[in-house]
Amino acid sequence: MSVPLTLLGLLDREPSHGYDLKRDYDAFFGRGKPLPFGQVYSTLSRLARDGKVTAGEAEPGDGPDRKRYAITEAGREEVETWLTRPAEPEPHLQSVLFAKVVLALMLGRPAADYLDTQRAAHLKRMRELTELRRSGPTIDVLLADYGLFHLEADLRWIDATEARLGSLAEMVRTS
Amino acid sequence: MNGDLVNGDLVNSGHSINPIGTDLSSAQSAASPGTARGSLLEARELFRAFGNTPALQGASLSVAQGEVLAVMGPSGSGKSTLLHCLAGIYTPDRGEVWFDGHRIDTLGDNLRTEMRRTDFGFVFQFGQLVPELTALDNVALPLLLGKVRRKLAYETAQSWLVRLGLEELGARRTGELSGGQAQRVAIGRALATRPKVLFADEPTGALDSLTGEKVMDLLVSTARQEGTTVVVVTHDARVAACADREVMVRDGRVAAGYGAAAAAR
Repeated sequence: MSVPLTLLGLLDREPSHGYDLKRDYDAFFGRGKPLPFGQVYSTLSRLARDGKVTAGEAEPGDGPDRKRYAITEAGREEVETWLTRPAEPEPHLQSVLFAKVVLALMLGRPAADYLDTQRAAHLKRMRELTELRRSGPTIDVLLADYGLFHLEADLRWIDATEARLGSLAEMVRTS
Repeated sequence: MNGDLVNGDLVNSGHSINPIGTDLSSAQSAASPGTARGSLLEARELFRAFGNTPALQGASLSVAQGEVLAVMGPSGSGKSTLLHCLAGIYTPDRGEVWFDGHRIDTLGDNLRTEMRRTDFGFVFQFGQLVPELTALDNVALPLLLGKVRRKLAYETAQSWLVRLGLEELGARRTGELSGGQAQRVAIGRALATRPKVLFADEPTGALDSLTGEKVMDLLVSTARQEGTTVVVVTHDARVAACADREVMVRDGRVAAGYGAAAAAR
């Protein structure tokens, strides 16, 4: 999750105060991990420095920062580019697991047991997400679905790897 | 018949949860020293072959009362054969199956058939409904076979259709229903007799993923409300994620560390 780009995207709706941005970020994207106020204002300062947003005059009232921020044309282009460019597919977990499996086979360790342990951990997390999607609001359901589909893909990889452990072990030990 | 219909639910006045209840008094009973604590259903070192092909090679497993257990494993691993042995459909070549304190693999065909009808419910991928009968008839059928009075059987069946959101479809032949609707009828049919154990073999295998999820949610939530133990065979991780626990079957055995019931672990 890119905080600067997400805040820029929120500003693309309408000029907003830092407080409003934090509130909307927490409601839609924070999901149990609220954005600290300090990070909101430091991010807005950097975006202003880089010409992506402009800060209005300080408005009278309480609070640390009563400036209204507005997105610039450069900022709007950046949001547009970010939205239209596909995210980098990152098979991150597989690469860690792949390394573990290959090393386990090289070292004569029980790779199948390690895969079982990982499968159990994945299914435990899937149970938690399944419960979340059963009782949560639509946003939670969609986020849980995202997690579930990714975990399911990992599990498929685990199953496929387990089925090929024999040939992989042979390759690893003879090379 | 020892049940009464109260507020749309079949309430039992006898010792058994289900309205019919198999008399297993002739079966070997045992507080055997090897019985797992809290276990309702147990397989001990099961072996079963089909011709020269071994399907089970020492599978052991115990399932706790009220537990929802997913049995996973690759195709041909023996998971469905294990389910069929636990449910008394197959008898193992070697090993023992215990249910509710009684050994059931040594029971005669008649008693095992009776037990399957009264103590167990089944949901398969497809094929368990009679397509020429209506949804209501299909749910009432196991009750009628259990000699429940016709009026009560149909009232009970109707209450299950309502509970499963199928009240509009009671008069439809099941052959005319969608896959998801048919599986909901199958769940009603399986639970109408208030079985102690519900066995499901790939219950969502023929459904798209969203419909499958809904069916699985319904199956598990309804079984939990009823206190029914569930054993579900699946290769689908999202189905397994609806369970309390999963076991992996490989080469006819339950993989190490997976066999004990939750209550015993």
